Amino acid sequence: MSDRRRRIALLALLGVALAGAPAPSRAQTVDAAPPVAAAADPYAGLTSPHFEAIAAAVGRLGTEGAPQAQAVLRALSAHHLFVAEDGGLYVREGESWTDARTGAPVTSAPAGVRAVRENNRVRGALAQAMAGQALLAGDAAARRDAAARLADHPDPAMLPVVDRALATPHEAGLEAPLRRARAAMLLSPGAPATGEQAQSAAVRVLRDAGGLDARAVLARFAADETAPAEARQAAQSAIVTIDRRIRLWSLAQQVFYGLSLGSVLLLAAMGLAITFGVMGIINMAHGELVMLGAYTTYLTQKTLMAVAPGLAAFSLPLAVPAAFLVCGAAGMLIERGLIRFLYGRPLETLLATWGLSLVLQQAVRSLFGPTNVAVATPGWLAGSFQLGGLTVTLDRFAIMLFAGAVMGAVFLVLRRTALGLQMRAVTQNRRMAALMGIRTARVDALTFGLGSGVAGLAGVAVSQIDNVSPNLGQGYIIDSFLVVVFGGVGNLWGTLAAAMTLGVGGKALEPLVGAVSGKILLLVLVILFIQRHPRGMFPLRGRGVES
Amino acid sequence: MTGEFAFRGVVRTAAAVLVVAALLALGSLLPASNPLSVSPFVVTLAGKYLAYAMLALAVDLVWGFVGILTLGHAAFFALGGYAMGMYLVREIGARGVYGNPDLPDFMVFLSWKSLPWYWWGSDHVLVAAVLVLAVPGALAALFGWLAFRSRVGGVYLSIITQALTYALMLAFFQNGLGFGGNNGLTDFKDVLGFDLHQPGTRAGLLIISALVLAGAMLATRALVGGRFGRLLIAVRDAQSRTRFLGYRPDQVKLLVWVASALIAAVGGALYVLQVGIINPGEFAPANSIESVIWVAVGGRGTLSGAVIGAVLVNLGKTLFTAWLPELWLYGLGALFIATTLFLPQGLVGLGRHINRRRDEVTPEVTRPAGDAA
Amino acid sequence: MTDPTMRFTRRDFARFSLAASAAMLGGSRTLRAAPPSGEPIRIGVLHSLSGTMAISETTLKDVILMLVELQNRKGGVLGRPLEAVVVDPASNWPLFAEKARQLLAVDKVSAAFGCWTSVSRKAVLPVFEELDGILFYPVQYEGQECSRNVFYMGAAPNQQAIPAVDYLLSEDGGGAKRFALVGTDYVYPRTTNQILQSYLKQKGIGDADVMVNYTPFGQSDWQTIVSQIKAFGSAGRKTAVVSTINGDANVPFYKELAAQGISATDIPVMAFSVGEEELAGMDTKPLVGQLAAWNYFESIDTPANQAFIREWHGFTKNPKRTTNDPMEAHYIGFNLWVQAVTKAGTTDHDKVIETMVGLKQPNLTGGVAEVLPNHHITKPVYIGEIQEDGQFNVVWQTPREIPGQAWSPFVPETRNLIGDWRAPIRCGNYDTVKKACLGTRHV
Repeated sequence: MSDRRRRIALLALLGVALAGAPAPSRAQTVDAAPPVAAAADPYAGLTSPHFEAIAAAVGRLGTEGAPQAQAVLRALSAHHLFVAEDGGLYVREGESWTDARTGAPVTSAPAGVRAVRENNRVRGALAQAMAGQALLAGDAAARRDAAARLADHPDPAMLPVVDRALATPHEAGLEAPLRRARAAMLLSPGAPATGEQAQSAAVRVLRDAGGLDARAVLARFAADETAPAEARQAAQSAIVTIDRRIRLWSLAQQVFYGLSLGSVLLLAAMGLAITFGVMGIINMAHGELVMLGAYTTYLTQKTLMAVAPGLAAFSLPLAVPAAFLVCGAAGMLIERGLIRFLYGRPLETLLATWGLSLVLQQAVRSLFGPTNVAVATPGWLAGSFQLGGLTVTLDRFAIMLFAGAVMGAVFLVLRRTALGLQMRAVTQNRRMAALMGIRTARVDALTFGLGSGVAGLAGVAVSQIDNVSPNLGQGYIIDSFLVVVFGGVGNLWGTLAAAMTLGVGGKALEPLVGAVSGKILLLVLVILFIQRHPRGMFPLRGRGVES
Repeated sequence: MTGEFAFRGVVRTAAAVLVVAALLALGSLLPASNPLSVSPFVVTLAGKYLAYAMLALAVDLVWGFVGILTLGHAAFFALGGYAMGMYLVREIGARGVYGNPDLPDFMVFLSWKSLPWYWWGSDHVLVAAVLVLAVPGALAALFGWLAFRSRVGGVYLSIITQALTYALMLAFFQNGLGFGGNNGLTDFKDVLGFDLHQPGTRAGLLIISALVLAGAMLATRALVGGRFGRLLIAVRDAQSRTRFLGYRPDQVKLLVWVASALIAAVGGALYVLQVGIINPGEFAPANSIESVIWVAVGGRGTLSGAVIGAVLVNLGKTLFTAWLPELWLYGLGALFIATTLFLPQGLVGLGRHINRRRDEVTPEVTRPAGDAA
Repeated sequence: MTDPTMRFTRRDFARFSLAASAAMLGGSRTLRAAPPSGEPIRIGVLHSLSGTMAISETTLKDVILMLVELQNRKGGVLGRPLEAVVVDPASNWPLFAEKARQLLAVDKVSAAFGCWTSVSRKAVLPVFEELDGILFYPVQYEGQECSRNVFYMGAAPNQQAIPAVDYLLSEDGGGAKRFALVGTDYVYPRTTNQILQSYLKQKGIGDADVMVNYTPFGQSDWQTIVSQIKAFGSAGRKTAVVSTINGDANVPFYKELAAQGISATDIPVMAFSVGEEELAGMDTKPLVGQLAAWNYFESIDTPANQAFIREWHGFTKNPKRTTNDPMEAHYIGFNLWVQAVTKAGTTDHDKVIETMVGLKQPNLTGGVAEVLPNHHITKPVYIGEIQEDGQFNVVWQTPREIPGQAWSPFVPETRNLIGDWRAPIRCGNYDTVKKACLGTRHV
């Protein structure tokens, strides 16, 4: 056993030597300096109460290939690594314990255990160490991720690992990130002296790679006064090149942000475009229907978690029909129970539905509590991907697609189905439609149900990016009305155009004048626009339309 | 349109407002041991209700008589309030927590060095009085001129009035604007040298509020009662025909719109004097909608209904937020639903119905879009 | 209104609020326990139960009801039962002022526990000063205030913001060299950031390395700002975000951070308004490692805290209800008030206010809260990292309690101000250089 330990210690020393001495800052801070004995026992640092010592130990374990070190790091990242009173390190798997240093099982549970302390510093070191190990031992995908991580978080201590990976045969896709990682490490503080040539070459690699992380490395290098002047100059001009590229892409990025904001507005407003635009009902409870949709998503997710946790990832596709049905039913109930008594008095429906919105809010508050409820983002919607210099966040992208799909579906219903035909007939000339045998009351209920159901769909989307709380609807109601009016009442294309205009316009103004002033400016512009063009961007023409 | 008949209630309501206010004010001056004494709490509340009644009156004037459903009238109310608040803040002078004689506390607090130009002169009561009227009046005139000229009407107008007050709310929330941001203006000490915390001042303010409200009621009644009133109804119910007859509906609307904004602004000024705080929350669209509800509950197009509705709904709010804090929103929501469903003409309409004096001039409502008339 | 009506109203208020409170507690539990007797001592609960702030404040109302019930079980105060008068100011600031006046003038409460936002406190402040009431304010705030009638149980900036930045500057906190100060546009973030900017300058961090951004309330689209933070973080030096974003806007902010791939190990976010209650409404997996600075965390393992949490779960009949920092502040405030009334032997406002200074109440997490002459208290400061289970893992704490400063030494205008409500100064804003009271002294 002690033999083995000695071997590990030796390996650790080797690792340290390979790394070209650990970064000096690591070993210095007086009160937290790990005891001298730690040099012999690479695990000792993990038992320390100081994050610094733990992170240092993790860093050292990461540079060695010993299987036990890997196992310990894996245990640490799964929160399975514990320290006992006597300073022993143990891994817990379910109910069984093993000695972390040796991997030997322990018969009786160690006394007085506490988890190894963790914070961002430790987690950062751990991610780094795990990446190093994945690079040497992982499968192709893991190696690519690891190389990318090392490139974005360059730590010269990992240089030998990268060099070893470069030296062993590897697939073509790995070469570029490894080169990038190596270049970034060479330019980072604590890197071994490689000379100006190598540094300038590294600068070129990073310049061509581009991106914010490369820029960060270059900026740090350019600010380092101990580095050779010429290489620093090269870094400076590389930054300018990268910045120019980022600026160009940022234009596309702003458009993406704008379109994604526009999609949210479109989803929120589309239901209103039906109930208000087509039927002329000022439904102030529209926002609350969106909220109901979001709560339906929450309930669907919760039920699925309880009944079939394996299917939890599909909670959103299931929530879509659920929210549509729940909100559609609620809408029909509202229409039959309240709004049908108020046809011909549009401004009074406003008051009644506002009262209704208060009741709905308070009801949800009583049922689910006043606080936010947590709606999880499924794994397939988390994160983002790069499209050139464009960061496309998956949840926003999905909402854009979803908005397009909902828009298409609504359009089909209105234009291509018998129900749609009847809806348009009733709204254009109710009496004539009735004389033609259309059951106008039924059509009214269905139309309002459709609009409410679409509001529920908006709720599903909103639950992914916003609070789900009783106040959720309030945040969308004014914007929704503005979108519908701005686009032209009764015109779905107008709603689309208005939503996108407001979205892109808002996002274009935001970096210029700030979020608050941008919003105010946009509101004022819309007010002025409507005062010039009272029927919105795309007014409906024809006899049926009277305001 | 038989004006005298329809508005008989206005004089009665105005008189009732004056009498009740006078009784409350007198009662508050009595020593607490006197069985007739009234708590200053009640006096402040009554003052608040009367300020709200001014707002309701303003809403009724445009909604009930010209058919403009405004969802942003609280903007004028709040602007009037801010103008008054600026004066009251300046009155604090060096008695603020930082002891700065020139700058209000919130400016010192954010390290402002000098007073922004739009605060100049706000320490003079006359300037303040002008500002109370001029700022909301000018905004209403500009907004109305643009809107009525292009014949923006119906729900379009409603939505952009809402957007207007929403934009103002966001603007006033900004600390950079120089009106105290989210905290607004508060901690006022006195007005014209009278201590705002003294029962005497409170009673006086209540009396003034009642007088102003009664005056506004009678003035609006005069405005809508005569020949001009018939023109208003014509504009409301058949705008195109009125225009073909040679009238200028846009000018008529603009005049009433601005008059209404001024009434709301004065209400706001009275509100701040008695409630003691003005902040951007007053611009919230919900407040404007609520003021419409007061009118609906009281009875649209009756003037007295607006006042009665404002007082009753707010009284209910005061009582129920204390009695049933968890449930009162259900009640408020149900009240609005019930009013629109069962009391289309509000309490005043109900009263008339009971009195079997339902007359033919109760307001018609404009037809909905797309509905075959 | 004549007197009989008045009395009727008053009695009605009492009856209904009692009935409402009793209904909330459930039939078996009543506010009046058997032992205490006599005229109940009333305390006011001034928290929004509807509107935008209900999300945070409803819990605090429940805490006070629980504390009242516990106290009554222990025999009440001065042998008399406690009775909570609950009102709903509905997140409407003028209504806060009105309700405060009602609690003091009509219900004659001995003390009020309430408010969350600074604006609500500012709205009720003149009322409490005019009617000489007592308000216990439970939330961390921007400081720059020191009223005789308010006891500030939450953290002043020096008890939250400054230690939090110290941690971010330290090696363990990542050794940040660049700071993005992101907040909602209202007084608390403005003042906190002003103080922090001045503090950071002292620490050698220049203006170019500080980014300040304000957003409106309820901001839900953070795409641009998060990408700005990302770009700000690409200057080659460790960057941290200090967030004074108000409750509701936090969820979309963190969601956007996660979506754009910013993790706590890259750019940590230190929040001053995100606690256990807010986390309960979030999917915490992408947030692991993000930071918060508070004076209390539910996860801190002390017997007192365990007992408090047990009691809370029992009272709410919900074993998942979280506890948070403002709840502890109410716990401390309530117990201090009970001590003061017991010591003074009366509920007379003036006497209770005089008695308060110097009283000590053990914190739930260890250490002692002592009422200072400026009506603030001493508090320990903890930095916690968000864990996957929605709780905080304490990674740092101050070695001892920090006394609350009403006036910040980092703001030039208030550098020389102190608050001291003891004789002989008796002043909330005393200029130590001019030796003069800038406001009104209490005589």
